[in-house]
Amino acid sequence: MRDAFVGALLEQTPQHPELMFLTGDLGFGVLNEFQARFPRQFLNVGVAEQNMSGVAAGLAIEGHTVFTYSIGNFPTLRCLEQIRNDICFHRANVKIVCIGGGMSYGPVGMSHHATEDLTILRSLPGMEVFSPCDHWEAAEVTRYLLTHRGPAYLRLDKSAAPATVRQGEVFRPGHIRTIREGADITLAATGGILGEAILAADVLREQGIFCRILSVCTVKPLDINTLAAAASETGGIVSIEENAVDGGLGGAIAETLMEAGVFPKFFVRMGLRNTFSSVVGSQKYLRMFYSLDATAIARTVLAKLGIDAPVLA
Amino acid sequence: MNPTQELAKRIRVHALQMTSKGGGSHIGAIFSCADILAALYDGVLKVDPTKTNDPGRDRFVLSKGHAGAGLYAALAEQGFFPVEKLLTHYQNGSELCGHASHEVPGIEVSTGALGHGLPMAAGMAYAGRLKSSSHRVFCLLSDGECDEGSTWEAALFAAHHGLSNLVVIVDYNRIQGLAPVSEVVELEPFADKWTAFRWSVREENGHDSEALHRCFRDIPFEVGKPSCLIAHTTKGKGVSFMENTVLWHYRIPQGDEFVAALAELEERS
Repeated sequence: MRDAFVGALLEQTPQHPELMFLTGDLGFGVLNEFQARFPRQFLNVGVAEQNMSGVAAGLAIEGHTVFTYSIGNFPTLRCLEQIRNDICFHRANVKIVCIGGGMSYGPVGMSHHATEDLTILRSLPGMEVFSPCDHWEAAEVTRYLLTHRGPAYLRLDKSAAPATVRQGEVFRPGHIRTIREGADITLAATGGILGEAILAADVLREQGIFCRILSVCTVKPLDINTLAAAASETGGIVSIEENAVDGGLGGAIAETLMEAGVFPKFFVRMGLRNTFSSVVGSQKYLRMFYSLDATAIARTVLAKLGIDAPVLA
Repeated sequence: MNPTQELAKRIRVHALQMTSKGGGSHIGAIFSCADILAALYDGVLKVDPTKTNDPGRDRFVLSKGHAGAGLYAALAEQGFFPVEKLLTHYQNGSELCGHASHEVPGIEVSTGALGHGLPMAAGMAYAGRLKSSSHRVFCLLSDGECDEGSTWEAALFAAHHGLSNLVVIVDYNRIQGLAPVSEVVELEPFADKWTAFRWSVREENGHDSEALHRCFRDIPFEVGKPSCLIAHTTKGKGVSFMENTVLWHYRIPQGDEFVAALAELEERS
C-alpha cells in the first residue's frame, strides 16, 4: 500500500510544483526516488512530529500542498494539538499520512500500532479521513488528495485486500464501494482487513449465506446512503476495523444510522475493545488473537443469525 | 515621546480597557511586550492594512497568543480595523477572542496553545525562501513557552536550514503562569542556549524603543542564520503595582485597580 502511495506521488508530483513532502525521518528505502527526483519538494524534518505538523501548517498557509509522513501514531497522536490548532483550525492544506495503520507493524509492538487514530482524527472539524483497503484505493486516494483542498488523513495499511477494482471503475471519494452484492448480511470494513471480510464471506457462502461487502475507504465524510440501504436491504451490519470500536468506523456507522432513524436488524462492531494490542505477533496472528480474522467474522455472523456454527477452519 | 512610545502607550491603554471590560487575563504579559509590538508595527514590519494578502508582506506570528489584546490594539491603531471594535474583545459574538485569532484582519495565524508559533513561523519562512521572496517572518515568544519541546524542535529546524528570514523575539520577563521562571524551570543560560542551537543572538532592553529599532535594522544579525532577540522586559511594565508580580498574569484589572492603572498609563509621557 505504501508503494502504491509513493508510486502515485511520483506520477503526480511533476504536475504539482506546490507539493511539499515532509517526513519525520521515516521511510527508509521507499522515499529515495522521490527525494532524488524532487529535492526541493522533499523535506526530512527529523524526529520531531510537532514541528513537522507546525511547519506543514506554515507551508500550507503560504500556498503549498503539504504531506506529512510517518509511522502510526507519530504524525497523528503525538502532534494532535498541532493538527487541531495549526492545521485544521486554519483549514491548512495538509495531508497527514500514516504508514502502519492498525497492527501492521505486528511484532514491533503497541507503540507502533495505530489503533485509535480513526477515532481521534475523525473527530477533528474539517478533517477528511481515508483508510484504503487495497493498492488501487491507496493510489486513487493519493491522486485525489493532490487536488483536494484542506486537511485530510490517509491511513495506509501494510496488508491489503486482494484487488477489488472492477474494469473501468472510477474512484469516488466519499462513496462506499460495494465490493460484493449480497442480501443476508453486510460486512462493512475499512483498510486491509477488508481481505478478512472477503475470506469470511467466501466461507459463509458455502453455508448459503450471502454477504454484501462494503469497502469504507472514506471514513469521513461517511456515505450514509449506502449504509442506510445496507441497513434496510440486508439482515444486519457488521463493521470491521483494526481500530478501537469506540468512535471508529463502527462508532461512525452507529452514530450516523441512529441519527438518521435507520436501524439495521442487528449491528456488531468488530475491532479492539478497550484493549491495547500488546500481544506479540504478526498482523495476521494479531487479527486472530483479537478475534478480527475471517474465522472470527464468520463466527460472529453465524452467531448473530442463530445458525449453529459448524467447525470453522 | 517618540512615535513608537506613543503607540506603546495606546496599546497599553486599549489592552487595559479591553481586559477590564471583558474580564480577560494576561494584562501583565501584554504590558511586557507592548513596546516590542509597538516597535514592530511602527515601521519594522512591512505590512499594509489595505493589502493584508500581499505576498511580499512581512509575517508576524504572536506565539504568545495570550497577549492577543495587545496585538489587536496594535493592529487597530495601524488601521487594520476600526479602533471601536477593540471593545468587543471577549464579548459574545466578537472575533476578538482572548488569544490571537486569524479571523482578525492582519493576523496570520491563530495561537494560544504555547509552543505552536515557532514551528508555523519556520514553515512560513521556509516557504518564503522557496519562493526567493525577501519578506521576513517575525515570531514573538514568551519565556514560559520556551518550556515547550516544540519550540526547540523548531529552533533546531530553523538553524539547520539557515532560515535567515526568520526572527524570534523572546519576551523575557522572567515570570510565568505560577511563579518566576527561575523557580519553575530555569532557562538560564538562555542566550547560550539559542547560540548553541546556532541562532544569531542579541539581547536588548525590550522597553527601549530606540534600542529595539536599532536591533531590527540589523536583521539578519548574521548571514545564513535565524536571528533571536532576547528582549529583557518587566512583566506588567507601565503600571507600578503590576510590575514584576506573578499576580497580574491572571488578575483582571477592575474597579479601583483599573482606575489607578489607567491614571498611571495616562500620566506617562
